[in-house]
Amino acid sequence: MRVALMVPCYADALEPETGIATLQLLRRLGIDVDYPVDQTCCSQPMVNAGFHEDAKATQAHFVDTFAGYDYIVAPSNSCVRNVRENLTAVEQTDRTREVRSRIVELVEFLHDVLQVEDFPWAEFPHKVTYHDSCSSIRFLKSSSMSELREEPYSKPLALLSRVRGIEIEQTKRPDECCGFGGTFSVLEPATSVKMGQDKVADHSSTGATHVVSGDGSCTMHLNSCARRLGLPMKFLHIAQVLNGDRG
Amino acid sequence: MSLNHHLRHAEAASPEAIPDQQPREPQPRGAKVHGNHPVDHDEAAARFIAAPHHEHMHDSRLWDLRQQRDAQMHGIEEWEELREHASRVKSHTLANLGDYLEQFTAAAQANGVHVHWARDAAEHNQIVHSIMSDHGARSLIKSKSMLTEECGFREYMAGVGIEVIETDLGERIQQLDDEPPSHIVVPATHKLRTDVAQVFARTLGTDPNNSEVHYLAEQQREKTRPLILQADVGMTGANFAIAENGAIAVCTNEGNADLSANVPPLHIASIGIEKIIPRVADLGVFIRLLSRSALGSPITQYTSHFRGPRPGAEMHFVMVDNGRSERLGDETFWSSLKCIRCSACMNTCPVFRRSGGLSYGATYSGPIGLILDPTMNRRKYSKLPYASTLNGSCTNVCPVKINIHEQIFEWRKVMASEHQPAVAERAMMKAAGVVLSNPRAYRAAVAGADRALRVLPQFAVDIPLNPWATPGRETPQAPRETFHEWYRRTDGGRIDTELPASGEDGSGTEEDQG
Amino acid sequence: MSAREEIMAAVRANQPAGDFPLPETVVFPMDERGNRTEFFLHNLGVMGGSELYVVDGLESAVQSAFPDAAVIASAVPELQGNRDLSTVAEQADLHDVDVAVVRAVLAVGETGSVLLADSDIVVNSLVYLAQHLVVLVDPDDIVPGLQDAYLSPEFQQHAYLAFHSGPSATADIEGVLIHGAQGVRTLQVALIPRS
Repeated sequence: MRVALMVPCYADALEPETGIATLQLLRRLGIDVDYPVDQTCCSQPMVNAGFHEDAKATQAHFVDTFAGYDYIVAPSNSCVRNVRENLTAVEQTDRTREVRSRIVELVEFLHDVLQVEDFPWAEFPHKVTYHDSCSSIRFLKSSSMSELREEPYSKPLALLSRVRGIEIEQTKRPDECCGFGGTFSVLEPATSVKMGQDKVADHSSTGATHVVSGDGSCTMHLNSCARRLGLPMKFLHIAQVLNGDRG
Repeated sequence: MSLNHHLRHAEAASPEAIPDQQPREPQPRGAKVHGNHPVDHDEAAARFIAAPHHEHMHDSRLWDLRQQRDAQMHGIEEWEELREHASRVKSHTLANLGDYLEQFTAAAQANGVHVHWARDAAEHNQIVHSIMSDHGARSLIKSKSMLTEECGFREYMAGVGIEVIETDLGERIQQLDDEPPSHIVVPATHKLRTDVAQVFARTLGTDPNNSEVHYLAEQQREKTRPLILQADVGMTGANFAIAENGAIAVCTNEGNADLSANVPPLHIASIGIEKIIPRVADLGVFIRLLSRSALGSPITQYTSHFRGPRPGAEMHFVMVDNGRSERLGDETFWSSLKCIRCSACMNTCPVFRRSGGLSYGATYSGPIGLILDPTMNRRKYSKLPYASTLNGSCTNVCPVKINIHEQIFEWRKVMASEHQPAVAERAMMKAAGVVLSNPRAYRAAVAGADRALRVLPQFAVDIPLNPWATPGRETPQAPRETFHEWYRRTDGGRIDTELPASGEDGSGTEEDQG
Repeated sequence: MSAREEIMAAVRANQPAGDFPLPETVVFPMDERGNRTEFFLHNLGVMGGSELYVVDGLESAVQSAFPDAAVIASAVPELQGNRDLSTVAEQADLHDVDVAVVRAVLAVGETGSVLLADSDIVVNSLVYLAQHLVVLVDPDDIVPGLQDAYLSPEFQQHAYLAFHSGPSATADIEGVLIHGAQGVRTLQVALIPRS
């Protein structure tokens, strides 16, 4: 099984610990992970803002970088969503289609592909809330959404429940958007910040000390809001917790 | 008789009142609209959010509606099948709209209804005016209709000296305050009771210091009743127009559509041509979905079916296009015509709940507004598709399964390709596209993590200041090295070194970011 | 070209191509929890309506429910009332009615709704201008759900038909629920079989 690690650009630059934890976790699970060093970005910034044409070269580079792997694992729901749904500016060759179909988000990979039953090295003796992103819930369908009449389920919580000592609290609005939204956070700062502040208040009101998430871009925004509000919450990527980080 | 102050049914949970504020928090006003200049949603949203009592009440109230909708949904096992059915009926009808319009109007005429056709808003207003002139009618009462809002009907009639009285409480409040509705179902939901007390005191002469809701509602009932009894014409919209029997269905909670249609001798209904459904039996599905989606109520208090005039009275239908036939031909956006105006997408939208409907500066606000408004004025509403996080909640509550968030995204593409976003944003996107497609340029741009902050993530658009440094959010702290640098330094972690500290002592201090 | 011709031409030219068949109407079964009348009354209560208990005849039930009512307009043979609906000249003339009594064409368990038809209410405005509304329902006329109701031939027979589900209501100010927004302040249902 040839597996590539895709590290989102924001994680590369601002949250390297997410990439490191993902790499180490996959190795613990016996996966020989390749990190293609020429990788840049999935094109989401341009795509999200509507600049389809300007995304073309970045998408072509993405396909060149990641073609030929059985799985391209990324610790980011929104990047995976972007590659699956919106890598459409570049020509749809067999390689493009292959890359789009082989990208997989970390939680999906652990839960659906590897079907990991246990993380014997992981212990997290804290009260946590999980921040499930919109891309995770409504696009990758890794968790059920409150909008639909469906049986409740959550792949990330199923994984986290295997971590010793962890205590998972429920927020009041578990699938409300945090207000990051890429371009949105820049063009609509007032609403973005208000949504973020409401979200961290919701997390904080549960008494949790840590917020765990599969999407570092959401938590980067939430962390920024929490710090401004003076809330001492810590934000971790799910890869860190599953990899044995003890907070 | 005694009134129960904490009723719980239908569209409301009768929440505890937010205590009146002293000094009273002024009501934030909507977007500043200057001709065709692009409406600045963020600017208006910032002012709404800066009025915390208003913002909090608005968010809580609409979230309550969303939760009541969910409760209704869970009570109906076949919910998702109903949505699918409704969606298919609408698709089918729109794909055969010509035939169904013919069938509907033939049936209506056979029922004794006068049918008129309006190409646009101006024609709609003129038709209503001329019907009134023919009858020597001077006063008109109407129930809420988004179509008449779209047509600027009240302003037009004021210009020709005809008094229009809104009979829906929320719509009447908005009329008296000279504001458009901020929400398509609960038009004054952005106002606190104290705001309403001020408006009524100014316009109806009520006690400005009495903001008790039952008092305010009763005052409006008492002052509107004589106007209803004396009106020459009653006007309604239509929620559904049924091809099979030529009837229209109108849903209200106050019964004001029925008063408007039944008391005066002349009933005029404004009907968007997309409102057609084929069969009476289809109403069974749509009515089951409509109020449950809108207000979390099993049905509106009144669901009325007007098929023909009563003896001695007249009934007129005005069939309005106003851009609908053109939208029908748009491969990407035609399915927005399936909308049944339930407002579920607005109630669920976290942006709408925080920013208020008037911040959109358009007839339709919230997610459905983002995809309808640009069809009416591309330049004026060019920024609206960006007033969304693309979180997708709207699409999943929509009872007719419109892919709302996908259409918002498609509108961004339209705006970008038509050069609507500002020139600086375009230049930045082009630059980002170049940097991100070239590993060397990219590595140079993010080398030294604090520098990355200048490129990421605000490379989405070029704005002069660090977008993180808004009043409510700190700049992220940059770590000592990027993942890439770590991978190089440690040979992918194979060389055992200490992990770099993440930020606390970081090189990216706030001062650095300025 | 007339507006009609122009709009119809544009509609026909722009109708989306593709296969969009009209789905069959599926009437989903309703879980009535074993008792249709109780199911109806429960949902009537959810919508803010209530039952008018008739023990000693309709007239005494109405009188004891509305002891101060000056004007009672009845459209049913079961009650006389003191306003003759057959002589009403204008719809607005019924503005002073305290209590209106009418019979429903049918009732709906799912939503607690009663369906009122023009022919049965005699003057359409009666059921809106009155302060209070009493609706007679024959338990045999209750159907399980809205989908069942819409299969009724009544919809092809009347110029005006309206479902009333509880009284007039609004929550337009801060979500506070008010009964009697514009129309009737109360709606009560008396279960009385058709004679």
